[in-house]
Amino acid sequence: MKGIITVVGKDKVGIIAKVCTLLSERNVNILDISQTIVQEYFNMMMIVELNDEDKELNNLIDELDDLGEEIGVEIKLQHESIFNSMHRI
Amino acid sequence: MITNFEVLETNKMIRDSNLDIRTITMGISLMDCMDSDIDKLNENIYNKITSKAKDLVEVGEQISKKYGIPVVNKRISVTPIAIVAAGTKADSYVSIAKTLDRAAKDVGVNFIGGFSALVQKGCTPSDEILIKSIPEALDVTERVCASINLGSSKSGINMDTVKDIGEIIKLTAERTKDRESIGCAKLVVFCNAPDDNPFMAGAFHGVGEKDTVINVGVSGPGVVKEGLEAARDEDFETLCETIKKIAFKITRVGQMVAKEAADNLGVDFGIIDLSLAPTPAIGDSIAEIFEEMGLEYAGAPGTTAALAILNDCVKKGGVMASSYVGGLSGAFIPVSEDHGMIRAVEEGALTIEKLEAMTCVCSVGLDMIAIPGNTPASTISGIIADEMAIGMINNKTTAVRIIPVVGKDVGDMVEFGGLLGYSPIMEVNPFSCEDFINRGGRIPAPIHSFKN
Repeated sequence: MKGIITVVGKDKVGIIAKVCTLLSERNVNILDISQTIVQEYFNMMMIVELNDEDKELNNLIDELDDLGEEIGVEIKLQHESIFNSMHRI
Repeated sequence: MITNFEVLETNKMIRDSNLDIRTITMGISLMDCMDSDIDKLNENIYNKITSKAKDLVEVGEQISKKYGIPVVNKRISVTPIAIVAAGTKADSYVSIAKTLDRAAKDVGVNFIGGFSALVQKGCTPSDEILIKSIPEALDVTERVCASINLGSSKSGINMDTVKDIGEIIKLTAERTKDRESIGCAKLVVFCNAPDDNPFMAGAFHGVGEKDTVINVGVSGPGVVKEGLEAARDEDFETLCETIKKIAFKITRVGQMVAKEAADNLGVDFGIIDLSLAPTPAIGDSIAEIFEEMGLEYAGAPGTTAALAILNDCVKKGGVMASSYVGGLSGAFIPVSEDHGMIRAVEEGALTIEKLEAMTCVCSVGLDMIAIPGNTPASTISGIIADEMAIGMINNKTTAVRIIPVVGKDVGDMVEFGGLLGYSPIMEVNPFSCEDFINRGGRIPAPIHSFKN
């Protein structure tokens, strides 16, 4: 399954590096990455490949949440189906 | 591939506009719990609910985490207790209400609906026992909700029970007067009650339903308001298109959640109820949508038209997004649960009479309206009769959830707390309908031709 990671917060050095380091440590492959900066606000979206187990998804959600708190940005990981169901017929 | 813009849009709806899954409600049939011994019946009911719904809360929370969307309430609806308990020959059903309350607490749901009777044409002895049990049942339980279907377009209106319910509402208010008469907030009366409504206080599991189903209520008045901000000064075509598109998107998420919840719980998916249900939170209000549409306050001339547009467009947008739509589906207009409505009452813009007109075009009826505690029972019955008549003639669901707050009068405020909100006491027309209500009997079913 695919997951969508979003990072929103004030721009600073090393946000992508820290997120990518965590993902690589957990053996998660990044399929796509895009970012914008609007009025100093950092907005990043990543599409990542996860295995089908909800448990792994849950653990990663918690770890990314903790990392977000540590660096002072909001990091969310969501299963891609919520976006597909809303935006694709 | 999903784009950055789409991801941002969805997450903005969740974070800034209070988009949420309002309720995952498990409907459970209690038909197979019947027994002539009320103690045995209670035991059967407790065992069935706690075994069927044991994972409901956990599954709801898991879905919430996986998709990053709040699932606000997990609830249960059951077969109307007046049917389930008919064989017991007991003279009170309060013990069953206590059993429902205990089961709800033990599985962790915040409300359980179905302390109900369907009496649109008349009462059985069991219906009468249930109705008499309501004041005590709602006093001694915390999570149990009661509902009575008093009329339908096919059967007419049971005016004997409309009269009795006026008294029952007064008694319920009196018994819970130390808690702002809150018992009445857990009691709703209907005309044309739906069998698959997931929203409280009116949820019950209809007799034509499967053994266990999952019904889901989605909500997001804030998302509609946010969307309409972008369509300010546009004409009605653009207004309607905007609402339809938002309703479609919201409902698609509800459909996905409902399917997943049903799969994970191993039960069938019933329906999506695509209702816009407000909460007392700022930015989660139907009245704010009216203001965004161009009305100074909810209740201003034009409000009924605005609500008709909203209700209709929510349905048009939502129906294609879900394989099964049901329940109440439309816009709710509770007063105490919507801070914009509360403000409109305080400003004198919104009256009970205007709300009554609005119920002709919205999905439910007079909802969460606090009135003076000294309002006569016959006047409450009169208000109910009016609302039932609107539903009966127009082939729609209407409902009344009204709270005569003991010890309070017009100008006072009442605080129910939590999702039930707070409200100013609204003025009630002081003229009497007592002789009309005292006639008794029933209003015959209406003719469904010659529509004028």
